[in-house]
Amino acid sequence: MKKAILVIVAIAIVASVVGCSKAETKTDANVVKFGVFEPLTGANAAGGAEELDGIRLAQELYPTVTVGGKEYKIELAIADNKSDKVEAANAGQRLVDSDKVQVVLGSWGSGLSMAAGPVFKDAQIPAIGLSCTNPLVTKDNPFYFRVCFLDPFQGTVMANYAYKDVGARKAVIIREVSNDYSVGLAKFFADSFKALTGDQGSILAELNYNTNDQDFSAQLTQVKSLKPDVIFAPGNYTESALIIKQARELGIAAPFLGGDTWEIAEFINVGKQAVEGAVMSAFFDNDAPLTPLSKVFVESYQKKYGKLPSGTAVLGFDGYLLAIDAIKRADSVDPLKIRDAVAATKDFAGAAGYVTLDANGDPIKSAVIKEVKGGKFVFKTTVAP
Amino acid sequence: MELSTFFQQLTNALSLGSLYALIAIGYTMVYGILRLINFAHGDVFMLGAYFAFYAATSLAMPWWVAFIVAIGLTAMFGMGLERVAYRPLRDSPKISVMISAIGASFLIENVGIVVFGGRPKSFPSIPLFDTVVHLGPVSVLSVSLFIPVITAAILVALLWIVNGTKTGLAMRAVSTDLDAARLMAIDVNRTISMTFGIGSLLAGLGGIMWTMKYPQLNPLMGVMPGLKCFIAAVIGGIGNIPGAVLGGFLLGVLEIMIVAFLPELTGYRDAFAFVLLIVVLLVKPSGLLGKHQAVKV
Repeated sequence: MKKAILVIVAIAIVASVVGCSKAETKTDANVVKFGVFEPLTGANAAGGAEELDGIRLAQELYPTVTVGGKEYKIELAIADNKSDKVEAANAGQRLVDSDKVQVVLGSWGSGLSMAAGPVFKDAQIPAIGLSCTNPLVTKDNPFYFRVCFLDPFQGTVMANYAYKDVGARKAVIIREVSNDYSVGLAKFFADSFKALTGDQGSILAELNYNTNDQDFSAQLTQVKSLKPDVIFAPGNYTESALIIKQARELGIAAPFLGGDTWEIAEFINVGKQAVEGAVMSAFFDNDAPLTPLSKVFVESYQKKYGKLPSGTAVLGFDGYLLAIDAIKRADSVDPLKIRDAVAATKDFAGAAGYVTLDANGDPIKSAVIKEVKGGKFVFKTTVAP
Repeated sequence: MELSTFFQQLTNALSLGSLYALIAIGYTMVYGILRLINFAHGDVFMLGAYFAFYAATSLAMPWWVAFIVAIGLTAMFGMGLERVAYRPLRDSPKISVMISAIGASFLIENVGIVVFGGRPKSFPSIPLFDTVVHLGPVSVLSVSLFIPVITAAILVALLWIVNGTKTGLAMRAVSTDLDAARLMAIDVNRTISMTFGIGSLLAGLGGIMWTMKYPQLNPLMGVMPGLKCFIAAVIGGIGNIPGAVLGGFLLGVLEIMIVAFLPELTGYRDAFAFVLLIVVLLVKPSGLLGKHQAVKV
């Protein structure tokens, strides 16, 4: 019996050694790996899928990068963070340990990026956030960057809209309490709105719900009794669509405002008639080109997927291009050198505007305000910082 | 709190509670007969919703045909699941069957992600269920008026099946003593298959009613309702059919009232359900309506 166990152990050791050496020889010298760190299942799946669409499109257009006169093929290693903060850290670890990626792109959802941030930091792999807007994603993390605007700006934009365009003086906030993005954006909105109205009591209530909740009738009944002029409800698109639907069922007529996470087909599919008139800040509009690349993106996206791009696909596209740009500037595929090149990004022309990263790794970009009209996201205005 | 607000909250609570009750009945029935906690119940519930979705959209069936087809398919799926995952373990310890149930649950969820995709789908609106009804100051979605009626009808029908028919007699016999039932010439396999069929039929119906109220489908949509309704069944006394209805209503009322009266604790809404489960298990493990059963050693 003991002998048998010894034999098995010996075989296992031999197999693992052989396995390791095999894995090492498999690493092609002319391949650079981009890790895609996105939620492809769970509550944020549609957001992750859109960004992945953008990344895939960019890969199709620009499949290689030349470093030191040698052409490198770009491969995507896709890790699903399952819209879950615990899974996010695991997925990040997998990209770093077993896929051995040189750069990470993602994620949709600030909380997920924040969960995996320390993993990338410890492994010293640069990560380019695509639509994670919470300031804490890049703060104190020299390896996390992003290609989108930040929530303090977004919150101000929406507070201004509520105050000036809606003419609201009393607001209610409904936030997804387990989501860092939602809590952060709600706070920035509240701060700006209080400053605009000069009234500390202008936010009548801040009500909470949890990710994956389906029933919001209790919170909304409270909202109804408070009679606000406007309701700010930043959060995931599925819960938000259900919130607005249930609010209309209860007879709440106040307009709903939200953030960048709303601009996704599922928001309208789930909310249908109820979400008509909902207003949100967004990153990009197909009809308002910001750089020469904007048109290239919109046209090639339409050709590849047979529909107009929406939501955050454009940021997936930009993130991929920024990574290539940084590799070219670094003239190396060494993660540390790529990191330094990304940090030094200046006037990089993406499809969704120019990117110049500050000391934190954040760009300054303008926001677009959109409204749901006739089952579509309709451009209202652009707000410069 | 104003009176109209209170009545609105009460309506919210009853409409959520009746939905929980509807799903908990299926849970408790399978347990009552087989002493098996079917952890895949929530996932069968998800399948019911998806079957109805595809029947109504891809196959363009009228909604009521789609519902009947989906419920039928779900019942058949439940019977198939029993044959594949539970019947081979009939003579194994109970714990093996439970582990098999957990495995089946994960399998269905993950195959669901592959087949249906991770992006949520939206159920087309059906005017009969998707109309707002105003009762004085209280407004409610019409589907919420149907759900308690359906729950009550199912409760009566099930009590009749279990206590008033030959199949029910066979079910109760199998529940009391499987081997003795077999010796009395009861077709045990057929009876258990029937039980699963009815349990899954109820899960399918619950899934469809759930999507009428919350019109959003995703492959993991059954997880939380499954757990909540398991809690509801335990509160009422697992295995006891009227208990499941009582437990469902209690859980619904409690969840809504916590949010209504203690808004700052809203984030812990799900946690409250689990705390309640622990308290019930500590204080009255047999549940509110369950009978204490002495186990012969």
